[in-house]
Amino acid sequence: MQTTHSSNLRKYILVFGGLAVLTGIEVGLVIFVQLANPLPFLLALAAAKAALVALFFMHLKDDTKWFSAIFIFPMLLASLLIFWVVFRG
Amino acid sequence: MEHATASPHALHAGTTTGLDNRKIGIWLFLGSEVMFFSALIGTYLLTRAGTGKPVELFRADALWLITANTFLLIGSSLTMALSLGLIRRGNQIGFRIALFFTILLGATFVFVQFFVEYPKLCSEGLWPGSHPVFCAGAPGIVELSGEQLQTLRSFGSPFYLLTGFHGLHVTGGVIWNLFVWLKGLRGGFSRENNAGVEFAGLYWHFVDLVWIVLFTIIYLL
Repeated sequence: MQTTHSSNLRKYILVFGGLAVLTGIEVGLVIFVQLANPLPFLLALAAAKAALVALFFMHLKDDTKWFSAIFIFPMLLASLLIFWVVFRG
Repeated sequence: MEHATASPHALHAGTTTGLDNRKIGIWLFLGSEVMFFSALIGTYLLTRAGTGKPVELFRADALWLITANTFLLIGSSLTMALSLGLIRRGNQIGFRIALFFTILLGATFVFVQFFVEYPKLCSEGLWPGSHPVFCAGAPGIVELSGEQLQTLRSFGSPFYLLTGFHGLHVTGGVIWNLFVWLKGLRGGFSRENNAGVEFAGLYWHFVDLVWIVLFTIIYLL
């Protein structure tokens, strides 16, 4: 997909805005809201931020899916590893 | 002559798959880095599950420093993306300014981590082990005892290992970007030839992505 150069720059600024807002929400949840179990909310917010960086700053959204596969496969492997190490037995 | 069809901004890029070999190499490297950091994160989570976190060291007022540092790194990711976007438009001045700010913000992040946050935590009793050998020079190192000491000693090692290795990766990224910037000053990049900027950018965004995870699991949870 071909996009104009100026819209790319605007897109980067919007993504930064999204990252800033999500970070603010994360910190706000911890300092001001102080949920009993913030784990699922914080993990979801972190995942959203990571997705924004990977899809737009690292251009995975517009690039060939092979690069996504090369990057995501070890992430899946790592997630399984961490899950097994932390939650086994 | 083969051309990299997926990267219109690469000149004379080698390929056997239709993809730029150098770009495949960078992504494979990042994939290996995912495994590297996952091992450290797993170690941290396992230790944390066993001994807990010294929450008094990561209270709300201490969080503001690391939150500000997080915004610096996210901001540097923006300037890095802008630098690539600008050189792809042929804007040499904009590219150089954006990359300069990327380097500046990244270097500031490293400085705050190693010379502000670490000494502060050292002085509050969080050591990278059972001996304050790496905390030499930190002001007013406290002496603790009992259960609080046990938590601090157990937490300190994986904490400094994880954040320290990330900080070293950011330092490496700053140095890489510095070389890219210097090459850019000599006119080494253009609208047609900017793959080097893209590759440095991929690494830089990756260290930012790792920090997004670390910030959440270490400081917020």
